[in-house]
Amino acid sequence: MDVNFEALLPELLLTLVACGVMTIDLFLPKEKRGLAFPLAFIGVLATLAAVLNLYGQNLTTLDGMFVVDRFAVIFKIIFCVAALLVFAVSQAYLNDDKDVPHGEYYTMMLFSLLGMLTIASSRDLIAIFVALEMISLPAFILAGIRKYDIRSNEAALKFFLFGVLSTALMLFGMSLFYGLTGATNLADISAGLAGRTDIDEVALLAILFLIVGFGFKVSAFPFQWWVPDTYEGAPIPVAAFLSVASKTAGFVGLFQVMFLGLGELADMWRPMFAVIGIVTMTFGNLVAIQQKQIVRLLAYSSIAQAGYMLVPLGVASATDGALNTQIIFSVVAYLLVYAFMETGAFAAATAFGRKTGKYLIEDYAGLFGRSPALAVAMAAFLFSLAGIPPFAGWWAKFVIFKTLIEGDGLVLAVIMALNTVIAMFFYLAVVKKMFVDKSEDTAAIAMPRSLAGAIGIAAIVITVGGFLPNLFGQLAENANFF
Amino acid sequence: MPLNWVLVLTTFLFCVGVYGVLARRNAVIVLMSIEIMLNAVNLNLIAFNGALEGDRLIGQVFALFVIAIAAAELGVGLAIVLLIYRNSFTVSLDEVNLLKW
Repeated sequence: MDVNFEALLPELLLTLVACGVMTIDLFLPKEKRGLAFPLAFIGVLATLAAVLNLYGQNLTTLDGMFVVDRFAVIFKIIFCVAALLVFAVSQAYLNDDKDVPHGEYYTMMLFSLLGMLTIASSRDLIAIFVALEMISLPAFILAGIRKYDIRSNEAALKFFLFGVLSTALMLFGMSLFYGLTGATNLADISAGLAGRTDIDEVALLAILFLIVGFGFKVSAFPFQWWVPDTYEGAPIPVAAFLSVASKTAGFVGLFQVMFLGLGELADMWRPMFAVIGIVTMTFGNLVAIQQKQIVRLLAYSSIAQAGYMLVPLGVASATDGALNTQIIFSVVAYLLVYAFMETGAFAAATAFGRKTGKYLIEDYAGLFGRSPALAVAMAAFLFSLAGIPPFAGWWAKFVIFKTLIEGDGLVLAVIMALNTVIAMFFYLAVVKKMFVDKSEDTAAIAMPRSLAGAIGIAAIVITVGGFLPNLFGQLAENANFF
Repeated sequence: MPLNWVLVLTTFLFCVGVYGVLARRNAVIVLMSIEIMLNAVNLNLIAFNGALEGDRLIGQVFALFVIAIAAAELGVGLAIVLLIYRNSFTVSLDEVNLLKW
């Protein structure tokens, strides 16, 4: 078996960077520990360049396990960009928090990113499993990286227990599919399932088990219990990383397994996703209304957003390739927009929290008077998450509605529209606090350049993307397997 | 040995593991239960590999990966439990309840 190193270049490069950051950090004197940030940042930039270099190519290596196509490359770009934004936010956060070791923090993020790059190319159950674990294990450590903070410990424990339980269930499902088809390669599984009619019960059970594993990663109901606690207890940049990059990775795995491996069984899994999507978004939105803390609000809103992205899978078809292409297009488009608006919202919360030490929504009162730019940026992210024009979020929701209606999922579209209305309520409540209410404290919120840059870039992208949605559209259109 | 017998055994083992995770409150026993679940998966993979009568050993290779990753997982898990024990002197999941709603 020959290995195509060209296809593996971004992953190999990132492995070197991660090991390099870890090793160099060991030998740095204590006052120079901050060096880990520029090293990691440049390393991810180099990886991004290597990924862009592969754009448009079709390479297969490692016996069909590892595939580089447009789908994989576009997701790798999303992961790298999200990681860069999170790094910029982390730098400001880590400089304030003396308890967090810089070297370990960035090393763990880089290894988690490595898992994400790998899962985008994995076309084999073994590779998908290993990649998913490579994402999760460093993430468990990141959630608990503030060792002396008991809340951070608890965040890590809850995340870990849910994570390993769902992994074990998912593995059981994978072993059943291996038993049914004698293969772990997704294409071989698809071929092995074609025309089989004697396997309904086992396949149903195995699909359920698989959905548990991915449902945990994308924080779908009923596997979302860890999300608010972990986001609240973990450092905020880690919460941003989990809610954007890790969730996107879950969707990548889900697409590959469901469309490439189990496309034949679409009639079986379609209703499951319709139900899970609806329940997830309704639960997320209803609970978000009652939240008083900004990170928990964003956590529940990210659960609801996962629901919006799962619903399109509820109209998938076993035979209609054009419809499936449209489904993948709509979710990828949503993920692209989501990466910027969600990271931006978390970055703004970091900027506010690190200066004031306050995380309650009522503390945001009068923010417009204190720091107009931060308030406007935060409002833009919240408007975008709510789907209000002119920010890119409206277009992402519009694409999903269009897919649902084309796929005869009118009921799903109506429920999603209702949910969007419920969601406006809590997003706009925060905006009202910032712009209308007054506060006694009038000190401006100062922030370092890296953090301001991350917020600025995210805000510009979602504003420009709202007026010119084709920028996202063209990228998303390329990301499909059919 | 018929494949069905093995599958009954692995399903039983798996259910024991799920029960342990859901019912026990001691974090270390929960970790052990998760190991039982993963071992049920390994047995499953190896049994299927034997029954499929191919010359490819995909199932056994998969099981090796599962074993390796389970070890890494347990390392991280025990580290987290140890941290909790250091900071709050408990390994009971019911007493780890600062964050809610």
